[in-house]
Amino acid sequence: MLSRVADSLYWMSRYLERAENTSRQLDVTMGLMLDTGGTTERMRWQRLVASLGKPEGLDWNGNFEAMAHKLVFDNLNHAAVSFCVNGARENARQVREEISTEQWQRLNRLYHHMHSPQTQTLFESSINDALSSIVDGIHLFKGVSDTTMIHGQGWQFIRLGRYLERAYATATLLEVFQPELLHTQEREHSGYQYLELVGLLRCCTSFEAYCQEYTADVSPDRILEFLLLNHDFPHAIRYCVDSMRHAIDSIQRTGGRRPPEELTAGIGRLHAMLGFTTIGEILAGDTALFLHTIREQCLRIHELIYRYYVQYSIQSALAS
Amino acid sequence: MNASHSVELDTLFGDYPLDQAFDEMRSADGEVRPHYQALAETLARLPADELQRRKQSADLSFLTQGITFTVYGRDEGTERIFPYDLLPRLVTAAEWDRIERGLTQRITALNLFLRDIYSDAKILNDHVIPHELIYSCKHYRRQMRGLQVPRNIYVAVVGSDLLRLNTGEFVVLEDNLRVPSGVSYMLTNRRVMKRTFPQLFHSYGVRPIEHYPQLLLATLRSLAPEGRPEPNIVLLTPGVFNSAYFEHTYLARQMGIDLVEGRDLVTHDNIVYMRTTDGLKRVDVIYRRVDDDFSDPLVFRPDSSLGCAGLFNAYRAGNVTVTNAFGTGLADDKAVYAYVPKMIRYYLDEDPILPNVETYLLGEEKERNHVLANLDKLVVKAVGESGGYGMLIGPHSTAKQREEFALQIAANPRNYIAQPTLDFSRAPCLVGNHLEPRHVDLRPYILFGDKVNIVPGGLTRVALEKGSLVVNSSQGGGSKDTWVLE
Repeated sequence: MLSRVADSLYWMSRYLERAENTSRQLDVTMGLMLDTGGTTERMRWQRLVASLGKPEGLDWNGNFEAMAHKLVFDNLNHAAVSFCVNGARENARQVREEISTEQWQRLNRLYHHMHSPQTQTLFESSINDALSSIVDGIHLFKGVSDTTMIHGQGWQFIRLGRYLERAYATATLLEVFQPELLHTQEREHSGYQYLELVGLLRCCTSFEAYCQEYTADVSPDRILEFLLLNHDFPHAIRYCVDSMRHAIDSIQRTGGRRPPEELTAGIGRLHAMLGFTTIGEILAGDTALFLHTIREQCLRIHELIYRYYVQYSIQSALAS
Repeated sequence: MNASHSVELDTLFGDYPLDQAFDEMRSADGEVRPHYQALAETLARLPADELQRRKQSADLSFLTQGITFTVYGRDEGTERIFPYDLLPRLVTAAEWDRIERGLTQRITALNLFLRDIYSDAKILNDHVIPHELIYSCKHYRRQMRGLQVPRNIYVAVVGSDLLRLNTGEFVVLEDNLRVPSGVSYMLTNRRVMKRTFPQLFHSYGVRPIEHYPQLLLATLRSLAPEGRPEPNIVLLTPGVFNSAYFEHTYLARQMGIDLVEGRDLVTHDNIVYMRTTDGLKRVDVIYRRVDDDFSDPLVFRPDSSLGCAGLFNAYRAGNVTVTNAFGTGLADDKAVYAYVPKMIRYYLDEDPILPNVETYLLGEEKERNHVLANLDKLVVKAVGESGGYGMLIGPHSTAKQREEFALQIAANPRNYIAQPTLDFSRAPCLVGNHLEPRHVDLRPYILFGDKVNIVPGGLTRVALEKGSLVVNSSQGGGSKDTWVLE
């Protein structure tokens, strides 16, 4: 498939994943603000911004509604949900012939929904409802993507984008929460603490899945174990990395070229890092560094995908 | 028409004016023409709100399919639904037969003309067409001189514009040999119409057009360079900001070929490649929807980034087919157009089946004086423009506009031609809940590979504004489905 097309599909998918992640984290943060528990709105906002990777232009101004509006609707802010939806739609528009009509219509509908006056009104009456209507739109798009598109290279690039973005975002989130998590182990469990921990799980839509695995007995080390090392839950980093690896394998199988060693090694290293360790070892070592390394490896894989599939030099392509 | 329907028909027609212009549906005395009877009866039988309901359902179908075009010069809402009219335009088998033969003859002659001009130029040496007229044309490409194009086909994809005069005769207004557009609207109109009037469609026995993408693909394949039995065929688009981008994606999808932009292409050793996730892949045939000027910055406009550097050399080396060929716009020049009947006689030794519109060449002093004295009655056009730009419609112009045009003509007479203001035919359109006549043209799509192929039908473009003569989509025109009857 054309490199430009692969690039567009990959970014379409990353943007939508980012829009979903931002919407959900904002929603959870709002919920936590209802219970004060000694934490100020300002601190919560700063933690949210840090979990989103510290995008610019989101300094706390004292008015939560205004800040939330900005994070959802500011078309000029690169972290905003609407900016991401616009980006996804613009990428899709440039590969209109590659995606299915259903996908295009879904995404188009989401885009028009984002920009409709009705959504503004809804936001004013209930931020939660507005956010969940947006997340619904994204889920519908993912659903038709999986059911109406050939599961060939294009679809694999969509998956690659989705899981790389998700692994990176989850690692960032855990890195931000990590000092608090480890700190609370020594402290007595309070009701507020419980809400914080559940909030973290909700940021990754994983509260219910966690309960099925460990019961409602939430503890920081189990949460870390679940979000880092679970094979079966789609928001766990290990699951994301497995999926990235499958996507890359599949792209390599359908292509005629020799697989790029660096990329195979890069994804293999990350896979092994998560596959051959225990939560005990992670907690005994430098947890922050571990999470930071995951993020760096994700960035490295992104670069290698680009170097190998999208922006390769003509000269090396002619030589091979 | 029997008496029982006349009341409903009268309501439907309302005040439906008939004058000297040819009406597709009704003869001069108001009678419905025989082949329109079934349509008229169906319409008269339908309750008014049923017609509206069908219109709305068709609207929705266009909307959700995202059948849009882009209007230049606006920031917001640049994507618009292409306006269309619900009633089909009917063409009888006999009428179509003449159109088909006429266009085949004309395209054959035009292709021979292009080949001649870019090789020995016999037609000029025999003084049928003046040298200066050709060599002063801004679409003449010296680079094409002496270049062997595959199968000697210069114009593989054509969309000629036909008008019907008050005599009922079809004439050719323009040949459109560069990058004609609109074929996707022809195809989508048909899909919507089959859903809107299924029984009527069935009872009329309409000839199919849906195989156009397949024919186009076969045409492109037939033009592949020698020794490339499984050619890689691509469609080259200027990109998402082009007004016809929807059509480019539509055709690429329907043909199952890659839609590429200039930045996807590279040339090396006179071979064109596209950048894929699997490395560079050789390109054999390019169906080009980018104008000559923007195709190769090394040969044409150096500031363009829409094309591919080195494309022309690869083409010249015979390693890639680009179609339509470069330099075909020469025969689109409206002054060269005036000579097409002479070309037909010269190359084919036949009389033209489809006549031209009478055309005054302003480079000739006598004709120029006549035109300048009659500017208020004539239509003046710049020779190298298309899409309804650079035009003066005499009867609809102000004295000031005419004065400005007279100055422009005096400054560069070769750049203009004039034609009588044509009272071309009108067809009934649904306006509110009754019918009104609107001016229409007809653009059939011609493919030229192994042989000339014309799918029976085309895009009927409608000047949707009352009394307007401009059918271009960029200037408020719409379209209708065209039914060629068995």
